[in-house]
Amino acid sequence: MIALEGIVKRFGALTALDGVDLTVERGTVHAVVGENGAGKTTLMGVLGGIVAADAGTVSLDGEPVRIASVEDAYAHGIGMVHQHFRLFRRLTVAENVVMGREPRRRGGYDHAAAEALVDELGRAHGLRVDPRARVGELSVGDQQRVELLRALHRAADVLILDEPTAVLTPQEAEGLFGVMRELAGQGRTVLFISHKLREVLTVSDTVTVLRRGSVTGVRRASETDERELAGLMVGRAIESAYQAPDTPAGEPVLRLEALTARGLKPLDLEVSAGEIVGVAGVAGNGQTELAEAIAGLRPREGGTLTIAGRALSDATVAQRREAGLAHIPEDRYARGLAREATIAENLLMGTHRRRFRLDRRAMNARARELVEAFDVRAGDVGDRAATLSGGNAQKLVIARELAGEPAVVLACQPTRGVDIGAAEFVHAQLRAARDRGAGVLLISADLDELLALADRIVVLYEGALVGESRDEAELGLLMAGAHA
Amino acid sequence: MSDFFSIFDFALILSALRLTSPILLAALGGLLTDRAGIFNIGLEGQMLVGAFLGFAGLYWTGSAWLGLLLGVAGATALSLLFGLWVIRLKGDPIIVGLAVNLFAIGLTAYLTLPVFGVQGSYDDPALEGLPRLFGFSPLVYLGALLVPALWWLLFKHPFGVRLRAVGEDAEAASEAAVHPDRIKFLACGLCGVLCGLAGAQLALSLVTQWVQGMTAGRGFIALVAIMLARSHPVGAAAAALLFGLAYAMAVRLQGIGIPPQFVSMLPYVLTIAVLVLLARRLRNRPVTT
Repeated sequence: MIALEGIVKRFGALTALDGVDLTVERGTVHAVVGENGAGKTTLMGVLGGIVAADAGTVSLDGEPVRIASVEDAYAHGIGMVHQHFRLFRRLTVAENVVMGREPRRRGGYDHAAAEALVDELGRAHGLRVDPRARVGELSVGDQQRVELLRALHRAADVLILDEPTAVLTPQEAEGLFGVMRELAGQGRTVLFISHKLREVLTVSDTVTVLRRGSVTGVRRASETDERELAGLMVGRAIESAYQAPDTPAGEPVLRLEALTARGLKPLDLEVSAGEIVGVAGVAGNGQTELAEAIAGLRPREGGTLTIAGRALSDATVAQRREAGLAHIPEDRYARGLAREATIAENLLMGTHRRRFRLDRRAMNARARELVEAFDVRAGDVGDRAATLSGGNAQKLVIARELAGEPAVVLACQPTRGVDIGAAEFVHAQLRAARDRGAGVLLISADLDELLALADRIVVLYEGALVGESRDEAELGLLMAGAHA
Repeated sequence: MSDFFSIFDFALILSALRLTSPILLAALGGLLTDRAGIFNIGLEGQMLVGAFLGFAGLYWTGSAWLGLLLGVAGATALSLLFGLWVIRLKGDPIIVGLAVNLFAIGLTAYLTLPVFGVQGSYDDPALEGLPRLFGFSPLVYLGALLVPALWWLLFKHPFGVRLRAVGEDAEAASEAAVHPDRIKFLACGLCGVLCGLAGAQLALSLVTQWVQGMTAGRGFIALVAIMLARSHPVGAAAAALLFGLAYAMAVRLQGIGIPPQFVSMLPYVLTIAVLVLLARRLRNRPVTT
């Protein structure tokens, strides 16, 4: 049994963990859930030797232990797989797995032995990866397997996985759950950080819920449900039901007529003022291409695009924004934010081309207003955007895009990788934009999100719009390519 | 024109190999630190100190071997100082590297007068440089042998694999119980030894004299060789050979009446040409092999 008792961790004025108790039975899969910033990763870092607790004890099978470093953790059979992989992309799979404890032969590196070892380990745990492949050339799912193999190779009996499915496709995630169950079946213990409640309930035996550094509940997965866990995570009931608009939709504000671009078939689509149109589809069916074509990031090959009554088929990004288009991009770090710029600068971007000189004072005052209004939890508007958590970074993008009261909002995967509280906030903002009279095009891979938000839902399949529905079963068929 | 082609003979190849050697040795040293994650622009300065102390050692003791030893020791000390600054004190490697280069130029220029009693350059026909084996100094052979040796070290020995891991992500390496600082220091030390040898080849074999600033940009040319080769020893050897050939041609072309000012530009023009032609490839640095 692994027991953490009374763990306290402070970062400056912030108390990340406030007397947390966690008990994990060996041979089980134990999920630690909570919103971003609830302290999940910090708590697991204490067990994994990455974070030094200010108070509290860790004991393994009744014996108190001191875990001061990653090496200490491994000495006690505890290994952590981080959300952001710590792999050497230029080295091979085998070299990564045995790093630090390489097999040798005649003074040199015994690559054959290392590769055989990885093969064997992979076979034993259902984690097949080509040991000679260079890690940088592997899919994300395979890279995660390498991380797992490495932890197993270092004799980890207790595996800590930090948001392991955040980067995986649904199929890869399924595979990982199988591996997790199998590891537990072999008597190993899997600790699993997540905020995706559905997968938590699928794979774990026990769930510990954290909120703002304290445990708010421990449940057996078989005796709880998503609603209860979500309530424990955010401290109140979650509102996810669809709310129809108060007023009927108005004039079309975004119109695509036979619009094509590379990766897209000719598309016809209209979004009216005061409605949210959802775009459903399995990832990779043209969502990114559609968003880029509308935003002006992908050249048009045919057809026309109208934004707020203006023909803007070949307009630049700036002209489209001028016309009233807001874009919440799917990759908030690649396109939504400049990580190295300050929060205030990020809030200003795209709106500051009229003047020659920056008025710092006005800029900061405005930034403080927006940070307040959009509940971005940030230290100071002069801090770099990189210091924000995922959910807060997304709120920052949304604050900038929605503050100008745009006529058209193009929102792409707006809640991907953000916690429930932030997702709820994003949804409320999109609904508010609609109720104010904006036309919202919401592209999402999350069907639940679309059903909760969108007034109409169209389906993208292989670059074409193949149908419209609000029925979950019918949407599933359309997404699978079964033309209605 | 026939004069121009007349320079391409066996003697040119021999001369090219000799002139390749200092560039190759410095490039091999620099690629080790590059692989360990430190872009070391201090090669030039380390080489210069190696050349100065190498020749001073010969001048003081009369033995080229002791000179070689002293040159290597001096260059290594300078390289470890660079390492201390960059690894322990977290200085920016480009700035510290610049400091190393400027320090080496200033120090050797300043010490020329007290050590040799003259300014600018010193030369004494009585002093004998490194011995030659079949026309080449032992350092030429050593450089050639080090190419496969470093390849083996980097790709077929745990130390080299760890070194590459440290170069890619020092923090992740330390979590795998590999000590990044120790490995980076070792890389700096080895780089210093190799730059010292490069300097010794200049002042104790190619010529047997001390001339202020005699490295004349070879350290930077070695840097270009590293970049062209993406820090692969075999590629670095090929690039160094190209530059060695340019130097050899420059020497020979002076002999056929082309103004020496033009001819001496050859290696540098070649460097710029290569950099321009391969700009796209260089932009994609981070090495993949």
